[in-house]
This record gives sequence, C-alpha cells and structure tokens, in this order.
Amino acid sequence: MSLRIVVTVKYVPDATGDRHFAEDLTVDRDDVDGLLSELDEYAVEQALQIADEADDAEITVLTVGPEDAKDALRKALSMGADKAIHVEDDDLHGTDAIGTSLVLAKAIEKAGYDLVVSGMASTDGTMGIVPALLAERLGVPQVTLLSEVSVEDGVVKGRRDGDSASEQLEASLPAVVSVTDQSGEARYPSFKGIMAAKKKPVESWDLSDLGLEADEVGLEGSWTKVDSATERPARTAGTIVKDEGEGGKQLAAFLAERKFV
Amino acid sequence: MAEVLVYVDHVDGAVRKPTLELLTLARRIGDPVAVALGNGAADTAAALAEHGAVKVLTDDAAEYADYLVVPKVDALQAAVEAVSPAAVLVPSSAEAKEIAARLALRIGSGIITDAVDLEAGDEGPVATQSVFAASYTTRTRVSKGTPVITVKPNSAAVEAAPAAGSVEALSVTFSDKATGTKVTGRTERESTGRPELTEAAIVVSGGRGVNGAENFGLIEALADSLGAAVGASRAAVDAGWYPHTSQVGQTGKSVSPQLYIASGISGAIQHRAGMQTSKTIVAVNKDAEAPIFDLVDYGVVGDLFEVVPQLTEEIRTRKG
Ligand SMILES: Cc1cc2nc3c(=O)[nH]c(=O)nc-3n(C[C@H](O)[C@H](O)[C@H](O)COP(=O)(O)OP(=O)(O)OC[C@H]3O[C@@H](n4cnc5c(N)ncnc54)[C@H](O)[C@@H]3O)c2cc1C
Repeated sequence: MSLRIVVTVKYVPDATGDRHFAEDLTVDRDDVDGLLSELDEYAVEQALQIADEADDAEITVLTVGPEDAKDALRKALSMGADKAIHVEDDDLHGTDAIGTSLVLAKAIEKAGYDLVVSGMASTDGTMGIVPALLAERLGVPQVTLLSEVSVEDGVVKGRRDGDSASEQLEASLPAVVSVTDQSGEARYPSFKGIMAAKKKPVESWDLSDLGLEADEVGLEGSWTKVDSATERPARTAGTIVKDEGEGGKQLAAFLAERKFV
Repeated sequence: MAEVLVYVDHVDGAVRKPTLELLTLARRIGDPVAVALGNGAADTAAALAEHGAVKVLTDDAAEYADYLVVPKVDALQAAVEAVSPAAVLVPSSAEAKEIAARLALRIGSGIITDAVDLEAGDEGPVATQSVFAASYTTRTRVSKGTPVITVKPNSAAVEAAPAAGSVEALSVTFSDKATGTKVTGRTERESTGRPELTEAAIVVSGGRGVNGAENFGLIEALADSLGAAVGASRAAVDAGWYPHTSQVGQTGKSVSPQLYIASGISGAIQHRAGMQTSKTIVAVNKDAEAPIFDLVDYGVVGDLFEVVPQLTEEIRTRKG
C-alpha cells in the first residue's frame, strides 16, 4: 500500500521585506514579496526522504492561501512533491490559526493521508501551534518539533529536543509530524525538477468543496480580535564608538553607568 | 473574584521563573489557581502560594512523562471544567504552547500566543504581542470562550504576594488519545551552571565572528563575569561551535533580558526576532555598517578578540 504523505505549506511575506498590517489589521500581503515559508522547506525535505525510504509513497503539498500561494506549491513540487492542492476562497481572508487548522484538517481528510508533515512554525505568524491543532482535529497522534524523523512499518519515530530534555518519540500511523530547522538542510530544486513541476497537477478547492461555511473562517469566524497594531518606535540611536584600544573599558563604563556592573 | 488558571512549568517540583511571572499577571485578572502536573507536582505548592496562588491543583500520574502533550491537555481541560476560570494562562514554552492550543480548540476558545503583557479589560483580558520581529506591537483579545493566553518569559516581574495555596488533587480521566505518542527515551539536558537562557537578566551572545568553538570561551568568560546566560546566532550553531539549545532567534529561543550583549553577530532579521525586545542592547562588531548597530544603546566598532577580553577584565576589576 502506498504511503500517503500530505505536507502543509504556507505562503508568507518575505521576512527581509518591510512587513506591515493592512487597514483591517490583517497581514498586508500586497506590498511585500511572498515565498514558501523557509521552515516548510524542511517539511518538504523530510517528506521526500521518508518517501525515498518507503517502497511506494505519494507526496501531496497542501496550502491555504490567496492566488499567489500557488508559487509556494510550485516550489514544493519542483523540490520533488508529486501533486498539490490549493484551498482558495475569498471568505478565507483574515482566518486565524484555529480557523486555518479547520480548513487544513478538512482538506487533509478529503485528500486521504497516512502521514501529515508540517514545518515547526510559519515565519510570519510564528505561533507554532497548527501541527498540534491538526492532530487534535484529526484525532491522530502528534509527533512534533522533531529534529530527526523516520517511518518504518507503519510507525513514526523521532527525536524532539525540548527545553529541559531530548526525547525519543514513537507513534503509529496515521499521525501528524512537524520538523524543525535542525532536521536537515532542504534541497534546492534542480532544473529538471523545475521543468517537471510545471506538469504536475494542482487542484483548487474552495470552502464548499470542504463542506465549510463562510462564517466558520475568515475575520468573522476568528476567535480572537486584534484591537490595534502600532509600529514600534525606532530605538533611539545609541552611542557608537570605534575601538582605539580602550573599547572594552568604555563599554564597561557604560555598563557600570547602567548599573549592570 | 473570578479565578484564573495558571499552568505550572516545573522540573520535579522546582517551579520555573516564567510561571511566577504568570502569577503576577494572573492577579491583574483574578485569583490565580495553579495546575501542576507530573512528578513532584505537590512540591510546587510552597513557591506558588508565596507568589499568589490561592489553590494548587495537582496530579502526579505517570502518563504526563510517558506520553506527549495530550495527557496534560486532558488535565487542563478537567481543571477548566472544575474551576470555570476567567482565563487560562500558560508559559510560552514550545510544549506549553502546544498544550494551550489543543486545550483552546477543545473548549471552543480563542488563543493568543507569546503575549508580552496582559491587562484586565471590559471585554476580557487584553494581551500585548510583539510581531514581525518586534517591529510592531499589537493588542489582542479573545472574542470567543475562555481566553487561553501564552505569555513569554520576562514579561512581568516576579512579586511576592502570599496566598493560601491549598493543595487539592485534580481528578483526571485520560482520553483515548492520551497514549497516542509514547516517549520511549529521555536524556535530561546537562546543566551549564549558568542561568536559563530565556529567564536570564543578562544574555551574552556570540556569532560567526567568534570564529571557532574554542573561542567561545571568551564569550563564556564575559558571561560569567556578569552572571549571564550564553547565547549564539544560528551561524555559530550551524558551524557546530555552540549547542542549538543556546540559539537565539526565530528558530531558537526568544529572549527579553535587561541586557543583551552581541559579539560578532550581524543582526539578521531572524536573529533580531529573538532579542529585539531586550531592554538594553550592546554590540561589538568590526563592521560599522552591521545592522545590529541600528538596535544598540551602546556599540563598539572593533575586533571582538580585543574588545571582549578587555571588557571582561574591566568588569572583574570593577567588581573587585
Ligand atoms: C527560516 C530562518 C530561520 C532563522 N533563524 C535564525 C535564528 O533563530 N537565529 C539566528 O541567529 N539566525 C537565524 N537565521 C539565520 C540568519 O538569517 C543569519 O544568517 C544569522 O543570524 C547570521 O549569524 P551571524 O550574525 O553570527 O553571522 P553573520 O551574518 O555572518 O555575521 C557575522 C558578524 O560578525 C562580524 N565579525 C566577524 N569577525 C569579527 C571580529 N573578529 N570581531 C568583531 N566582529 C566580527 C562581522 O562583521 C559580521 O557582522 C535564520 C534564517 C532563516 C532563513
């Protein structure tokens, strides 16, 4: 039986660009270039490695996002994923993490899966909770924040480096996995991969395909409300000195003045 | 007065500092009721009482250590049902965030993660968050259900506020999903003898400019002269010079100390994401154009191999 892997990916505004908020206090996606979240590249990479080890596997990349989010899917396909699903609907604008996990879970169930692989967090929202929410919604084991992962005989194993300990984890499939940026560098798409990606199927689903109503998602369906977003005032310019042999002492004097010494 | 649930982060009964900070914030909203789980749960009571917990709900079942996340979600859910709190506050550690998220979904509540401040409001608690690598500050409320809010370390002062802190056993029935992910092995992290990175008042970090694992001794010596924790940029971690557990930034730890000292670190956006809310920022870098200098209160343009040892020496002299 083929191992069905679904990789969830997010299309995010470039972190090195000038990210800001739109008038309705959602993330402004118009002015900044978007890309496949770098942290999801690690998920695609681990999925590809797991698929390599399996006799027979199929990788579907899944994203929820605006039209441009297709770019993120193309990138994942050019890395080697087999097919893609794009969930797109105007009513999704402003959806929070809880809502996103609902849409993803419905889509994952519709696609069919043995293993879900996610990145550790998105590079824009950085909450890092969607994988746990997916496990809760799908009712399957959560094997998250792995820096090492393998799948064998229907069992997923991995190493989770927590705050106070490093843990070995084990669960039966189906399961939801998330991987960290310590799991191994993601491959670059090859020229052949980029060409092949153009012919790979990308399906588009909207809310009705998933049996969801508009008021379950979007700003309406959000269970949190942003009251205000203000740009942090630039830090007041500090003192900068060039070391002429006394730089360390000058710095110590500054620290003493601020009562750190 | 309404009660507020506080999830206790502890190691075998020793309460970690971010939980005490949560008690300070919880008292702004109501009477803190702490939930302590796992080995040593009841031993947390004295410290929690001293900082304002009116009650400490405990359960030391083995499941909390033997299986990932879900048993703790089951327990917090049981506590929410028993107490009907005005809010649930959880420290922003990676695991606690996952617990909070699953709890929120189960009880049909909105969740706010990584708050840096919290106030009572007419329509429930208002959380302040720092987003886009701390370039924006947002104020957010939960609009459905019992607010579940995770709070970053160093977001409030630890305050003594003696309360009863009476210990009560929490009765938990584990769900059939509780045993889904088994913890088959655990290696405790060796203590460095230095303060915990996320909790430290001072953090001293080194980057690619440190140029080798052997040179991190310079950074450690400076840290020790100040009683500080040691951090590292991802470049230094990827090079294998310092462990990943010490990485500061988007994919490492997020720190917000009183003082942050960056040496040989350029100040990339992903690094800034983890340290930009530090109160005082200081940098040593030989490149006057390095972006880290945009953030500093004090910067020295120079070779860290000259400046850092001199700084350490001078601090030692001043401290006598
Ligand atoms: C998805 C993603 C997540 C990331 N997460 C993180 C993260 O969590 N944390 C993080 O730090 N980075 C992270 N990064 C990487 C980040 O983009 C930078 O590459 C990294 O922070 C650079 O580290 P650095 O400043 O030490 O190295 P560099 O950028 O190479 O800077 C080294 C600096 O040292 C100075 N220097 C060299 N020699 C000396 C000397 N003798 N004396 C004084 N100064 C000297 C140089 O002038 C330079 O400014 C992430 C990147 C991505 C894409």
